[in-house]
Amino acid sequence: MSVQSPVEPESDLAPAPRQPRRVGFSQTLSRWDVKVSPYLYISPFFILFFVTGLFPILYTGYVSVHKWQLLQGQGDFVGFKNFTDVFDQKDFWLSLRNTLSIFILSSVPQVIAAILIAALLDQNLRAKTFWRMGVLLPYVVAPVAVGLIFGRLFADQSGLINSWLGAIGIDPVLWHVDPLASHIAIASMVNFRWTGYNALIFLAAMQAVPRELYEAAIIDGAGRARQFFSVTIPQIRATVIFVVITSTIGGLQIFDEPRVFDATGAGGASRQWLTTTLYLYNTGWSGQYNLGRAAAIAWLLFLLILVIGMVNFWVTKRISTGDSNLSKKEIKAAQKRYEAQRKQS
Amino acid sequence: MNSIPAIEQVAGRGAARAAARKTGRKVGGYDRRPGVLNYILLGLVVVIGLAPLYYTLVIGSSDTVSIAQKPLPQWYPDASLFTNFKNVINAESFSFWQAVGNSVIIAVVVSASTVLLSTLAGFAFAKLRFPGRKGLLVFVIATMAIPTQLGVVPLYIIMSKLNWIGHLQAVIVPSLVGAFGVFWMTQYLEEALPYELVEAARVDGASMFRTFWSIALPAARPAAAMLALFTFVAQWVNFFWPSIVLNNQNPTLPLAIRLLQQNYFVDYSLIMAGVFLMTLPLLILFAFAGRQLVAGIMAGAVKG
Repeated sequence: MSVQSPVEPESDLAPAPRQPRRVGFSQTLSRWDVKVSPYLYISPFFILFFVTGLFPILYTGYVSVHKWQLLQGQGDFVGFKNFTDVFDQKDFWLSLRNTLSIFILSSVPQVIAAILIAALLDQNLRAKTFWRMGVLLPYVVAPVAVGLIFGRLFADQSGLINSWLGAIGIDPVLWHVDPLASHIAIASMVNFRWTGYNALIFLAAMQAVPRELYEAAIIDGAGRARQFFSVTIPQIRATVIFVVITSTIGGLQIFDEPRVFDATGAGGASRQWLTTTLYLYNTGWSGQYNLGRAAAIAWLLFLLILVIGMVNFWVTKRISTGDSNLSKKEIKAAQKRYEAQRKQS
Repeated sequence: MNSIPAIEQVAGRGAARAAARKTGRKVGGYDRRPGVLNYILLGLVVVIGLAPLYYTLVIGSSDTVSIAQKPLPQWYPDASLFTNFKNVINAESFSFWQAVGNSVIIAVVVSASTVLLSTLAGFAFAKLRFPGRKGLLVFVIATMAIPTQLGVVPLYIIMSKLNWIGHLQAVIVPSLVGAFGVFWMTQYLEEALPYELVEAARVDGASMFRTFWSIALPAARPAAAMLALFTFVAQWVNFFWPSIVLNNQNPTLPLAIRLLQQNYFVDYSLIMAGVFLMTLPLLILFAFAGRQLVAGIMAGAVKG
């Protein structure tokens, strides 16, 4: 199995040519067993999905057009009032800004760092498993735990980061006051937990790159850097898109880290690090108890993820198929040159 | 240069490696050992991963006054760490052991049911033929792209109608089986389970379920173990949904740690001790099964 690429699901789904269909393994067997069992076996997933997945999603639409309080329950039909109320709230727009800012600060450096770490791992290392496990370790630290640890490291007063900055002559940064600083702190928590994980995904993709391409590149006189940019990157393109899309879906829903960034958990005194999911939570369950409005936010968040996901898909596709890419023809030619050279020597 | 793969085929990987070393291939061959810098950089990455955990031990060994005075009051953990552990365990705002128990129950039940139900569905999708197979599988995969937050409000309403708020089943039931698990097991069984084996069992007169139980389930074991691991980790660290449907009287560990923060926000040594206690079980799991986690991710695992 290789890393699943979202662009060519067909090839993963369609099994290799099947053996001819054999009707009825044996007449003695109950045909009923054969016919019904498959549906029976897949039914738990579908039943659960319809009850806890699909129905709530559709119902979200219903709730979002009603007045609906946590304690009083369903109220009058109010049309799009919940949506317009959300649009009227300054906090909503702040949360969009914060979510996007944290998302960009976490995804871009994370993908770059993960690819670089994967390149370091994609060598003939001694103690391979040790290094791979070492890189993955932060994955088993819960986001809540990471949030609390980093919240302290980034403390405004007597935090370790600020004291290091002081040591090299930089004034202490108010991580819990300044919006951008708080976004950097929260993004670093996300990066801490996921970079190694993504590095392993990239590593798997890199190992699937045919080694002849590198041999050919070497013979063509490509150095390490050139090999990396002209062979590795284009070859792991599908995986880059996959990682970017999954981190978009995850990154835009960020909740745990901003929730524990300070003790109140409301997203900062002036909502500097209030993310949209945290805003959804605060609207529904702490403070306003307004489920109708929370449902409206859920829909808006879904739209946001959809839009950003599509933009990202488009951008990554453009970047990773840039001019550094070798066309199939060029690869063929390089392979030929390589073969010829080998015959000579 | 050509003979190395041949040696690997005949005499195994170790022999091939030895042969490669002997020939002292240079030409920038791809099997050459990387330089020291490579190890130093990787070492740095590992240290960055470990440092925050070490930091929890150091701060957990300290006390409020020292932390307020110095960012890093001491270099090594010491015996007061255990005093702080004890204080976390005896904290008044929640029952620590209850939180541990809840986290264990949720993680174990969800992992077990995810593995069983995903393997069952994966077996059907991979090895049984039935009308609608392909379409239904595409549907399963499509559901993976739906963000969980979209349905939380109605799901909460359902849970409160059932009077499940504050009870573990509110967390367990919606996670009993997921699209990722089904997809993962389907993928694995497609390759790992030969049709011949399934058909042989059928010819021998085994029922469908018997075939699943004695042929598919054993064949699925490696992938099932990985799925169980990832599910366990995902449930152990889960915070968003439990913080909606559970409460302070019946928390999971992440909720308990959050309570520590709310109630003792000045006492960071206590909080860090709690953070370490919460992480410890997963660190132990990682020591034993980290290899499988690595293999699972490299085989195509997706974020949980």
